[in-house]
Amino acid sequence: MRDDALSGGFADTPVEAARAFRAALEAMARPGSIHAVSGAAAPEPLSVAAAVLLLTLCDRETPLYLAPGHDTEALRNWLAFHVGAPLVGPREAMFAIGGWDALAPHDAYAIGTAEYPDRSVTLIVERTELSNAGTRLTGPGIETEAHLSLPETEAFQRNARRFPLGWDCYFTCGDRLAALPRTTRTEAL
Amino acid sequence: MTAMQHDPAYNFAYLDEQTKRMIRRALLKALAIPGYQVPFASREMPMPYGWGTGGVQVTAACLTPEDRLKVIDQGADDTTNAVSIRKFFERTAGVETTEHTVQASVIQTRHRIPEAPLTEGQILVYQVPIPEPLRFLEPRETETRKMHALEEYGLIYVKLYEDIAHNGAISTAYAYPVKVEGRYVMDPSPIPKFDNPKLESAAIQLFGAGREQRIYAIPPYTQVVSLDFEDHPFEPSKADHDCDLCGCGTSYLDEVITDDAGGRMFVCSDTDFCAARQAEGHRGRLSGEDAA
Ligand SMILES: [Zn+2]
Repeated sequence: MRDDALSGGFADTPVEAARAFRAALEAMARPGSIHAVSGAAAPEPLSVAAAVLLLTLCDRETPLYLAPGHDTEALRNWLAFHVGAPLVGPREAMFAIGGWDALAPHDAYAIGTAEYPDRSVTLIVERTELSNAGTRLTGPGIETEAHLSLPETEAFQRNARRFPLGWDCYFTCGDRLAALPRTTRTEAL
Repeated sequence: MTAMQHDPAYNFAYLDEQTKRMIRRALLKALAIPGYQVPFASREMPMPYGWGTGGVQVTAACLTPEDRLKVIDQGADDTTNAVSIRKFFERTAGVETTEHTVQASVIQTRHRIPEAPLTEGQILVYQVPIPEPLRFLEPRETETRKMHALEEYGLIYVKLYEDIAHNGAISTAYAYPVKVEGRYVMDPSPIPKFDNPKLESAAIQLFGAGREQRIYAIPPYTQVVSLDFEDHPFEPSKADHDCDLCGCGTSYLDEVITDDAGGRMFVCSDTDFCAARQAEGHRGRLSGEDAA
């Protein structure tokens, strides 16, 4: 793990960010699909995949919320140097990062407006486990059904019922990521 | 790995990183809200608006060095527009290009969906001139935005029904409106309505409108329904001919004038599809002497 705020960014940003975005795009387009990414090393507890997502998607224009557990001085310094996103509370955040429980309450975030449902947060949820087991997923991007190890299902069901409003999620674990947009219907097994 | 290199005078895929991040964020929200038009801050591109700058920016935000890019204009790979865009990305992104649909990982298109079914792992990027399907009914953006918010789509059905009353059928042949996942009415760009059924696809479909500054998307396996009525169901029509070069009876055809005496022929609009069929030995009415 790197504690040095100056290291751990992309070595070749245009190309590494392009590859990382394709993984993020595929993940969002095919909910439940798991993709490996690389190129970033941030201070703990930020995972490689979460660091890659922040480097690829965030900058000065994207207010970011660090949930308890991720709100460390080392991480703040690293983000200030590599990303530059203003740190804000949950309500103002375009991106939020942390463990699922640390991100609670999950209805505190922007879910967009009727005219601009895109003005909603993207949650980056750090997981200790990420596998194609557990909750059944159906909806756009899924041919028949998919499975993903979600932290719970009720919050995601509630989120999906608000469509077209709602937030969208990435799940990160080590160097792997998956996504769950608001359109995905979830069913506990 | 590709041996090609992008021109070091440009950032990879031309756009600066901040612009790419902004477009990438818009693309992700577009996938999360299928059919909804996400505003984005379109950039000046080194080509005129009519040349698909929205599609070019979306392609630039998606390309990786490993991609193989195909660009089509009305189904053809060899028009000035398609050739220019292909050259632009060969130079600025160093990506390989192809004319074969099955070999392409990213396909940028103007006004057609390839005949060959697209697969997982492929991205289809549409160049869009007018992204708002309600614009011809309501010129004010504030109003169309409200109509989408409230799902007030009655007017567009009225317009289609008036068509039936006057013409006996819906006369809209291109940019035929669709409803995505039962929620947003969307303009599929000026593809022929023949292509509408192909909007339900295994591939990722991304739409970019440069001048109008909108991005929208259809994820794979998403329900896309062409607007219609119980007594007048949607019909994806085409010219009632077979291709004169490859004999295909199910592809979308262009009518081509062949001489000053009014001679004409019908050929597949998808030139790669037609050439592949001819290479397989299929022949049409006007194929040469070597017809099989
Ligand atoms: Zn043909």
